[in-house]
Amino acid sequence: MTSDAIAVRVPRRSAAHDLRALKVVLHREMLRFLNDRTRMVSMLIQPVLWLFVMGTGLGTLVSGAIPGLDFRTFMYPGMISMTVIMTAMFSAGSIVWDREFGFLREMLVAPVSRTAIVVGKCLGGAVVATGQGIVILALAGAVGVPYDPVLMLTLLGEMFLAAFTITAFGVMLAARMKNMQSFFGVMQMAIMPMMFLSGAMFPLANLPSWLHVLTTVNPLTYAVDPMRQAVFGSLDVAPQVNAMLNPGVSWFGAKLSIGLELGLVAAIGVVLLGVAVAQFRRAE
Amino acid sequence: MSTAAVAVQGLRKSYGKVEAVKGVDFEVAPGEVFGFLGPNGAGKTTTISMLCTLVNPTGGSALVAGHDVVTERDEVRRNIGLVFQDPTLDGYLSAEQNLMFHAELYGLPKSTVGPRIRQVMEMVALWDRKDAKVSTFSGGMKRRLEIARGLLHSPRVLFLDEPTVGLDPQTRAAIWGYINDLRRSEDITIFMTTHYMDEAEYCGRIAIIDHGEIVVIDSPEALKASVGEDRVQIQTGDDEAAIAALRDRFGLEAAVREGQVTFAVASGEQFVPRLFAELGMPIKAVSVSRPSLDDVFMSYTGSTIRDAESGSGNAWMRAMARR
Repeated sequence: MTSDAIAVRVPRRSAAHDLRALKVVLHREMLRFLNDRTRMVSMLIQPVLWLFVMGTGLGTLVSGAIPGLDFRTFMYPGMISMTVIMTAMFSAGSIVWDREFGFLREMLVAPVSRTAIVVGKCLGGAVVATGQGIVILALAGAVGVPYDPVLMLTLLGEMFLAAFTITAFGVMLAARMKNMQSFFGVMQMAIMPMMFLSGAMFPLANLPSWLHVLTTVNPLTYAVDPMRQAVFGSLDVAPQVNAMLNPGVSWFGAKLSIGLELGLVAAIGVVLLGVAVAQFRRAE
Repeated sequence: MSTAAVAVQGLRKSYGKVEAVKGVDFEVAPGEVFGFLGPNGAGKTTTISMLCTLVNPTGGSALVAGHDVVTERDEVRRNIGLVFQDPTLDGYLSAEQNLMFHAELYGLPKSTVGPRIRQVMEMVALWDRKDAKVSTFSGGMKRRLEIARGLLHSPRVLFLDEPTVGLDPQTRAAIWGYINDLRRSEDITIFMTTHYMDEAEYCGRIAIIDHGEIVVIDSPEALKASVGEDRVQIQTGDDEAAIAALRDRFGLEAAVREGQVTFAVASGEQFVPRLFAELGMPIKAVSVSRPSLDDVFMSYTGSTIRDAESGSGNAWMRAMARR
C-alpha cells in the first residue's frame, strides 16, 4: 500500500482542457472501431455487395440505355456516400450504447464542456466513416474510375464532410434515446428515405415533380451530388449521358454550384451539432 | 474556517407526481464517512444524482465542496469522484485505457498521469491486469477498477452508490479495506449509500432515509443506544395467539417480522426463562439479539429493511420500468 498520495489537481476549465477531452473522446471512438472486427468486416462487405452484385445486376438491365458507361461507375459515388452514411450512423449510435452501459455518465459528470464531448464524438464518427470510405476509394479502378490524385482527395474531403454531418444528425437523434432498439428503429425510418431520395441509387434527372421536390429538400442530396460531379468530371462521358446521369441539383431552374452544396452540408452539420450539444447540456 | 464538504437544505426531486425526495437537510463535515441507509426506492440514488450534478433538483439547494450543484456544476464536477451501482466502464478498452480516458477527460497534468494511474491501480490490486480488456473482468474487479477511477483525480468528495451491492463477501471486505485505507492516506470525504446494515457500521454518521425523507441522522453507536432494548424473536404454532398473550401477560407490543413474532425488551436473556414459564403456549424456537442497525431502522420506520423492500409495490414497478 502506497501511503503518500501523488498530488493531482484537476485544473480549471480552459480551451486546452476541452481540446484534450475532445481528443480523447475521438481517440476512444477509433480504438473501439479497431477493436470491433465484426463491425469492420460487415461495413466493408456491404458496399462491395451493392457495387458488384446489385450494380452488375442492374447494369445488365440498363446497359442499352447508357452507351459507353458502366452502370457501376454511376453507382460508385452513391456507394461511397452510402458506406459513409451507414458507418457514421453506427458511430452515432454508440452514444446510445454508452448510455445503456453507463459509460455516458462517466463522460457527463466530467468537468468538460458538453461541446467537447459531442464534437469529439462527431469527429470520431467522421474519421471512422472516412476510413471506411477509403476502402471504397481503393476499388475505383474496378468500376472504371481513374485513380486521379485530385479526384481522390476531393472525394476524401467530401466524404469527411458528409460523415461529420450525418454523425451530428445521429448524435442529435441519440441524445434522448434510452436503448439501441429504438435508436435503430428511428434511424432506419430516417435514413432509408433520405438515402433513396439522395441520388445515391438512381439519377435525379427527369423525375416526376413531387419526387423532385422531395429530393431537393433532402439534405443528403447535397452530400451525394458533389461526389458524383467529381467522379463524372474525371470521366470522358457523352454530354447526353452526363445530362441524364449527372444532372446536378437545381433550385427553380438554376443549377447549384458545388461550393454552395458543400456549404449547405456544412451548415446543416453545424446546426445539428448545436442542437445535439443543447440536448446534452440539459440535465434530467 | 471549516466549510462542510456537503451541505444540503430542503432538497427535493419530483418525477411527475411522484416525489422521490421530499425535502432533505443534512451536512457532511470534511473527512467524514457519511452513510445514507434505506431500502431500495427510498430516494438514495436520486439524492446522490442531484449532488453529482446529473439530475436537477426540483427545489432546495445543495453545496458540494462549497459549490452549488446547479449554478456551479463544473466546480462541483472537478471536486467529486463517483462510483455508481451500475458499472460505467468501457468493456472494449483495457483497464489502463479506461483510466487514461478519465485522466484526459479531467485534464490531469500529463506528468502525474502515469504514476497516479499506477498508484490507484496498485491500491485496488489490479496493476498486473492493466492491459486486460475490462469485458473480461469479474463484477468485483470492475467495481475495484471503478473505485480506482473515482479516485484518480484526487476528488475532495467521493460518492459511492451501493459500492458493494451484488459482490461476494470477500470482495466486499476488500472494498471496505480500500475505503478505510483511503481515509488515512488521502484527504477525502466519503458519501455513500447502502442498504446493507452491516456496512453502515463503517460510517461515522448515518442518515436513515425512508420514502424520500430523512428519519434520523446520528452515529451508529448513538443510534443503537437510542434503541436500547434487545430484540427477541420467537417461533410458535399460532402467531396471533402469541402476540395476544405477550400483550396480556407481559404488556409487550409484538409484531410478525421476517416471519417471526418479534418484540423488544430490556435484558432479553433474563426475560427468556420467564417467557417460557408464563406465555402459556409452546415455543418452537427463540432468538435474542443485541440492538443492531436493523433494529434502529425498525424502530424509526416501523419495518425491517427487507420488509420495506419486499412490501413496496414501487420496487416492483421500478424493476419493470428498467426492462
